[in-house]
Amino acid sequence: MTGDIVLDVRDLQTHFFLRRGIVKAVDGVSFSLRRGEVLGLVGESGCGKSLTALSLMRLLPKGGARTIHGEVLLNGDDILTRTPREMREIRGRKISMVLQDPQTSLNPVFTIGDQLREAIFRRSRARHRDLTHEAIEALRRVDISAPEQRIGQFPHQMSGGMKQRVVGAIAISGQPEVLIADEPTTALDVTIQLQYLKLLKRLQQETGMAILFITHDFGVVARMCDRVAVMYAGRIVECGPVAEVFDNPSHPYTQALIASVPKMTGSTARLYTIEGQPPSLMDLPVGCRFAARCPHAEERCEIAYPPSFAVGAAHTADCWRMTAR
Amino acid sequence: MSGGEFRGGALLEVQHLRKYYPFTKGVLFAKTLGQVKAVDDVSFAIEAGETLGLVGESGCGKTTTSKLILNLEEPSDGRVLLHGKPIHALAGDALREYRARVQAVFQDPWSSLNPRMTIGRTIAESLIVTGWGNRAEIADRVSELLDQVGLRRDQITQYPHEFSGGQRQRIALASALASRPQLIVLDEPVSALDVSIRAQMMNLLKDIQAQSNVAYLLVAHDLATVRHMADYTAVMYLGKIVEYAPTQALFDNVTHPYTKALFSAVLPPRPDRREEEIVLAGEVPSPLNPPSGCRFHTRCPFVMAQCSREEPPLREIAPGHLTACHLHAA
Repeated sequence: MTGDIVLDVRDLQTHFFLRRGIVKAVDGVSFSLRRGEVLGLVGESGCGKSLTALSLMRLLPKGGARTIHGEVLLNGDDILTRTPREMREIRGRKISMVLQDPQTSLNPVFTIGDQLREAIFRRSRARHRDLTHEAIEALRRVDISAPEQRIGQFPHQMSGGMKQRVVGAIAISGQPEVLIADEPTTALDVTIQLQYLKLLKRLQQETGMAILFITHDFGVVARMCDRVAVMYAGRIVECGPVAEVFDNPSHPYTQALIASVPKMTGSTARLYTIEGQPPSLMDLPVGCRFAARCPHAEERCEIAYPPSFAVGAAHTADCWRMTAR
Repeated sequence: MSGGEFRGGALLEVQHLRKYYPFTKGVLFAKTLGQVKAVDDVSFAIEAGETLGLVGESGCGKTTTSKLILNLEEPSDGRVLLHGKPIHALAGDALREYRARVQAVFQDPWSSLNPRMTIGRTIAESLIVTGWGNRAEIADRVSELLDQVGLRRDQITQYPHEFSGGQRQRIALASALASRPQLIVLDEPVSALDVSIRAQMMNLLKDIQAQSNVAYLLVAHDLATVRHMADYTAVMYLGKIVEYAPTQALFDNVTHPYTKALFSAVLPPRPDRREEEIVLAGEVPSPLNPPSGCRFHTRCPFVMAQCSREEPPLREIAPGHLTACHLHAA
């Protein structure tokens, strides 16, 4: 079982050290990713899902963010202990990332050919002509028509969906084992989103890479993922196979999130809502972080943070109510 | 072509509305190279207390349509009528009166509020402009509005940065409601909000409509949001309405191939329920040079010979259900 785990994250803690205090944005996140698996990381703004991704890439934003604890084992090797120089070799080749906004991921003053060639050169050190050939092939793999012409174009000459496919081509050009996709379709139109998701799924099946798919959209999870982890206020509160979590959401936060999404069928009466706001990450409660908004909160929820209880096969939830099972 | 057949006696009527933007080259002696047909012969009506959902992808003309209705743009052709009066002819007090009657809430709650004004001042602003009354009356009305949108009265002296995205959207709604409008244009009002906050905002919008009988023009790309909010739904593609129906009728019986593609692009609510997906080839063509005949024919999976030659008119295929497609000609 452990043999096919490509990425193992253990008790990751990334905090912002500010003059005003410590913002515990990622506060004890653990999960593992198997080879060829798509794991969804779901949560609302500020829950720490993007910062988790940046911690894995060792690309923390400037301004006081530090990973202070935990291990990120890539094929059993803790990349948190690697030097910046070694990380540059790991990024792109072992672990790669696609961000939400393709506009800011691409350099506006270079052609997409230049940007692809640069990425491929870092891996293969090949000659310019071979690089161009490979770049054209890379574009063809992401379904860009007439790649021979497209390669000489600048990012502004392409649509959003096309740019995001170019970003994808660059990200997988180093044949990484793990791809982190941080809300890659949020900026795209729905019909383009579907095109992109299908493409990503196909590439994943062809290359066997594992994908950590960060999203706020349960529809994307249902369409793309094998397993899902739900994050709330810096922690994963529920994790399990997608079908399991949809059939039997066990953490009250997961239940509330699924219930509050407007549906395409059924009643159009009032939507379920979660009252209140998430807790301040500078002043987290000692107990369950969702307790203040939870309809089932009891005294014990305020006293201690619940451990991860097993609620089914490979399905866990951090909720005291699961003790009885 | 379309139009006429819509229900009469409406609060707002849009008749054969067109907006063309010239596409020019050069600065001083600019040459017009062509026209971007952002909105091309769009007609619909909205009645008091009703919500019309306007759905489509980027560049389909839904935002231009809402700008024309807000009187922020002059149409190239066609009319917008409020209570039967053309709005683009209004000036002076009549225009100010129109601005009080028709308000807007935009997508981005971070850029739609003035960061240097307290929220009380922001909300009071539209009352001052419309000459609501003296200081005390304005203060009362602001407190009342804060209650209505679910904010606390003591938050009146706070600044926008002290609020979350969902709260800011409530503030934007409060200032839109201040002058007791009859119509609010909601341009993607919930798409920037988190899932749980989105549900709160949608419930609030429905509550306010039930209390005040205000009409909404809901511009959105998310079909499930439109389904929950709108009484009627219009689907736009490249500046034209391709399908229009009571929302329930549309969701029960999708007829236009583009609408079908939009519906099939909605991601499944559950992992096991995956319906047949229509993946459209390519992207939306440029509105500068839209395809001949039916504008969707270049991407339509059901394209026929006549589609590239003849533009299909909006035809009524069931009571109140209009669709612009040659497949439904019979």
